[in-house]
Amino acid sequence: MLTIHDKKVQELEERSTEIRRDLIKMLTNAGSGHSAGPLDLTEIFVSLYFHVMNHKPKQPKWKHRDRLYLSCGHVCPIQYTVMAHAGYFPKKELMTLRKLGSRLQGHPEYGALPGLENTSGPLGNGSSQACGSAYSLRMDGSRSHVYCVMSDGELQEGITWESAMFAGKYRLNNMTWIIDRNNIQIDGNTEDIMPEEPLRDKFEAFNFHVMEVDGHNIRDLVDAIGQGHAVTEKPTVIIAHTIPGKGVPFMEYDFRWHGAPPGKLETETSPKKDKQMQVALNELRTLGGKIESEHE
Amino acid sequence: MAKAKTISAHLSPATYRENIKKVPTRNGYGDGVVEAGEKNEKIVVLCCDLTESTRNKKFKETFPDRFIQMGIAEQSLAGIAGGLALEGKIPFISSYAAFSPGRNWEQIRLVACIQNQNIKIIGAHAGVSVGPDGATHQMLEDIAITRVLPNMTVLAPSDYLETKRAVLAAAELKGPVYIRFARSASPTFTTAKTPFKIGRAEILKDGSDVAIIGCGPLVHEALMAAKLLKEKGVDAMVVNSHTIKPLDHKTIAAVAKKCGAVVTVEEAQCTGGLGGAVAESLAKNQPTPMRFIGVHDQFGTSGTPDELIKEFELDRTAIAKAALEVIELK
Repeated sequence: MLTIHDKKVQELEERSTEIRRDLIKMLTNAGSGHSAGPLDLTEIFVSLYFHVMNHKPKQPKWKHRDRLYLSCGHVCPIQYTVMAHAGYFPKKELMTLRKLGSRLQGHPEYGALPGLENTSGPLGNGSSQACGSAYSLRMDGSRSHVYCVMSDGELQEGITWESAMFAGKYRLNNMTWIIDRNNIQIDGNTEDIMPEEPLRDKFEAFNFHVMEVDGHNIRDLVDAIGQGHAVTEKPTVIIAHTIPGKGVPFMEYDFRWHGAPPGKLETETSPKKDKQMQVALNELRTLGGKIESEHE
Repeated sequence: MAKAKTISAHLSPATYRENIKKVPTRNGYGDGVVEAGEKNEKIVVLCCDLTESTRNKKFKETFPDRFIQMGIAEQSLAGIAGGLALEGKIPFISSYAAFSPGRNWEQIRLVACIQNQNIKIIGAHAGVSVGPDGATHQMLEDIAITRVLPNMTVLAPSDYLETKRAVLAAAELKGPVYIRFARSASPTFTTAKTPFKIGRAEILKDGSDVAIIGCGPLVHEALMAAKLLKEKGVDAMVVNSHTIKPLDHKTIAAVAKKCGAVVTVEEAQCTGGLGGAVAESLAKNQPTPMRFIGVHDQFGTSGTPDELIKEFELDRTAIAKAALEVIELK
């Protein structure tokens, strides 16, 4: 059974802050890429790589590893940063993001970087690949678990629901989908662009076990993932409510930071472009502010 | 420049007879995939509610645990195959070609081609000879949209036996493969002795005046056209280019050089199809006058297969006429 002790929660919260720092530097250096999603997914990726998943960074193809399929490939900067911290590759390589010849492609490529399970970017497809992986692992009697991290915006893709039907039909209880419910997409807020609510009801109708958590609360995330493991008759989906741009005050809640890195966009509340990275680092909401730890 | 082979491949003695045995190429898939499944337990079949007509029934009955019913959902058909392949399975994903690779081209591009995975795309009901179902179900653009994808191999076998051999060969080949086949019965004119190798065009009948290069069941019409041409004193060569990608550039340049005139024959859009592929190859390697038998920027329509083959000028008479025209350009 999956549990987490207070000390570990605090350690992962501190780790999340370090990772957000590297993320901000990496995105600024790249000069293009997405900010809001990677920032708000930090606790989710940190929980998966540093507590939940069985994996061996030095043996990325280890047969008994749990699989992490990324569906919304544009948030890969957070996966890269967490993987570097976990020991998959040197941290200094983070500064090659989106550059010619880099293993850190703008959207993640299977085969380019050890440890990536799939190529991702075209929205909706990661969830279907996760289903295929879960089905195959079950055929082989494997105990590995499949996780799929996806955005809320990509739920508008039809293939998501084809895959959901498949997962429900075949009772893929060895699979957990985690939705980054940050309510934004490129053109605005999801409920203005193409309403998705009632999301819980939709997934329940597709025969998923559904949970909703605060996506920045590591304890709640881990508990929900553990509960999903205990559900044997259904696949699990965790709707993780997050704040887009979490941690950088001038980005939080603003959909315009979906596809812009620090230094590329000026808003009413942002510093001048050339000051953004430093301001973001200085004002980074660490364990204080809205993600205050209950243990401090 | 390589010299053209002058030996014709072995063909059934019944090849030019009117009573030649006719079997749909899709049956070759149905038998081939069971044989491939017996040889390799990693092979799984994914089916979109078309078990009988795509000839998956025998596989389903033989290997029920390796048959996955997807429902009518071609996008996830390809996407889920991606996950299976990443875990080491060899998925054969089958539907009508209009829907796979028609509807799910983007998923195929990503999971099969960009990821370079061992996925076999089985496109049934290709060509106008699908018949009464009409334009929506007569897939003509599949060759164009698959051969443009890096890493993809594209096969259009010509009869029942060759389809079976193509399926077995595709199962052995690592990487994504698209195989198209037809709905209606067509002559089985190849034999176990006819050479078949992915990537190699075979000279079925030697000749020197014009090279007719075809793929799919219309290769038999090309052979019959050569017989008509012989009666007019024209010595036509017939080449079976069952592999459209990777195209056998060497053989195609050699036969073009020998004959000095080329006709391509396919039951698909010539633009982007075999005709397009041969034209691209010859423009680079051996510029040669060409004529294109196939569908020209049109959709299909309802009718019987035989009526449609004539209506779209894909039959032996049309092929022979095109051959005579292109010879004039030499």
